[in-house]
Amino acid sequence: MSALLELKGVNAAYGQSQVIYDLNLSVADGGITALLGANGAGKTTTLRTICNMRVRCSGTITFAGKKIDGLQTEDIVRRGIAHVPDGRGTFVHLTVEENLVLGAYSRRDRAAVAQDMERVFGYFPRLRERIAQQAGTLSGGEQQMLAIARALMLRPRLLLLDEPSFGLAPLIVQEIFRILNRINTEDGVSMLLVEQNANLALSLAHDVYLLETGRVVLNGPAAQVRNDDSARRAYLGY
Amino acid sequence: MDTFLHQLLSGLANGGIYASIGLALVMIFQATHHINFAQGEQAMFSAYIALTLIQAGVPYWAAFLIALAFAFIAGVAIERVVVRQFDNAPVLAVVVVFLGMLFIINSLAGWLFTYNVQAFPSPFPVGLGSKFLSAHEIGMIGVTLVTLAVVYAFFRFTPLGLAMRAAAQNPEASRLVGIRVGWMLALGWGLAGAIGAVAAIMAAPIVYIEPNMMAGILLYGFAAALLGGINNPWGAAVGGFIVGVAENLAGAYVVGTELKLSVALVIIIVVLVTKPAGLFGRTVVTRV
Ligand SMILES: Nc1ncnc2c1ncn2[C@@H]1O[C@H](COP(=O)(O)OP(=O)(O)OP(=O)(O)O)[C@@H](O)[C@H]1O
Ligand SMILES: [Mg+2]
Repeated sequence: MSALLELKGVNAAYGQSQVIYDLNLSVADGGITALLGANGAGKTTTLRTICNMRVRCSGTITFAGKKIDGLQTEDIVRRGIAHVPDGRGTFVHLTVEENLVLGAYSRRDRAAVAQDMERVFGYFPRLRERIAQQAGTLSGGEQQMLAIARALMLRPRLLLLDEPSFGLAPLIVQEIFRILNRINTEDGVSMLLVEQNANLALSLAHDVYLLETGRVVLNGPAAQVRNDDSARRAYLGY
Repeated sequence: MDTFLHQLLSGLANGGIYASIGLALVMIFQATHHINFAQGEQAMFSAYIALTLIQAGVPYWAAFLIALAFAFIAGVAIERVVVRQFDNAPVLAVVVVFLGMLFIINSLAGWLFTYNVQAFPSPFPVGLGSKFLSAHEIGMIGVTLVTLAVVYAFFRFTPLGLAMRAAAQNPEASRLVGIRVGWMLALGWGLAGAIGAVAAIMAAPIVYIEPNMMAGILLYGFAAALLGGINNPWGAAVGGFIVGVAENLAGAYVVGTELKLSVALVIIIVVLVTKPAGLFGRTVVTRV
């Protein structure tokens, strides 16, 4: 499979402090790539670098064959990269419906947007029940669902997910990961998935990268890493 | 009883002006967390544009709309050229910039249009007047209400209005849905400028036009914004009407007309001390 997203020799820094070193990473078209690592390894920073969110970076980033490094966040998003940030980044004062409408803000195909609204309600029926509720009053799991649903409203080719399991009960996490799997297989949306929960991520992803203090220390197909006991014990601790 | 009704209604008419200025201040405050001290001067300058056009023979309502367009474009330009340079500047620096704009626009108006106090025409036929309100006061209430309704409908029912609200609330998340946040801020400045211009053009026949005409009105607008809740635009609008009525009744029955302006200061201080969130200040509902 060809690469949809490709990072080559990427360095990233906040002000003077460098956080990512010479990162090479790719997400296959139609694939799910997991990005694992301990707290502070630089996972969130990697996603922020891809979307050019207040990170200084060097190296090249290409998406669908075109260079995107240096573009404004808005323009990167408009090319079809939807980012579900850590902390979810929903509009807490706006309703569920307004959040979803905003997800499709950059699109002009109104009829298709209405269809997509129906489709995300198909994935997340609870959001339909809460359509007029202020997003800030949703439960944590519902907010995560809303964040993913809003990202889907962009009709993205690539979904960047920053710890979608964070702070959620196991049952909700399972539900969300089942839906992510459907979004990947049914809608063909590629994903770059950041997770603390390695076991969970490996069950969904096709490829894996492991970051340690800003450097890739392990990379390969998920199935291989799952079955490699020594690598798993050394790097993933289970 | 008649004088009381008269004071009450004419307070509502003035209140519309304060409501508009308060709304403009709150719109910019929500997006930038700063008070635009130059809001009144921007409005005054736009009123001079209208007056100049009217004196040149342009029909009143055409001049009115052109002045609004000017105010809108000037607001956008001020954000794009000046304000955005101070995005990450300390609060005090921004305050100084806004005060600087106040004095620059004020002096520019004085230089271009002189400091002489001039009469400003009212578009409303005298026959509209009644026992309690002059024709201009009635027209002014109408224009204010239409303005508030249009602005409300814009923010509530249009995608662009929704995007502007989103950009003010959460710029980072807005960028992540593809909203051009910088332009939304600029549009907000433009809109606030136009609302302010409506207020100044409506106030001018009453207070007469001169470069300092908005000084007192800005203070009342600020009181309106604080009273209604500095983070709630519609609170600010309601606050404006309350302040207008309070001002007039206090002026007539309590402090006398000379000390009327102190009513604004008293309201500001009382609100800041007793209820900093204002009457309709939105308590933020968030779950963590
Ligand atoms: N805005 C910032 N300014 C300065 N340093 C930062 C900033 N954000 C993150 N860092 C630093 O960069 C490093 C990587 O942070 P990052 O958030 O990318 O880690 P992470 O892998 O996402 O961790 P976690 O699993 O805890 O979310 C950390 O050492 C962090 O302190
Ligand atoms: Mg993180």
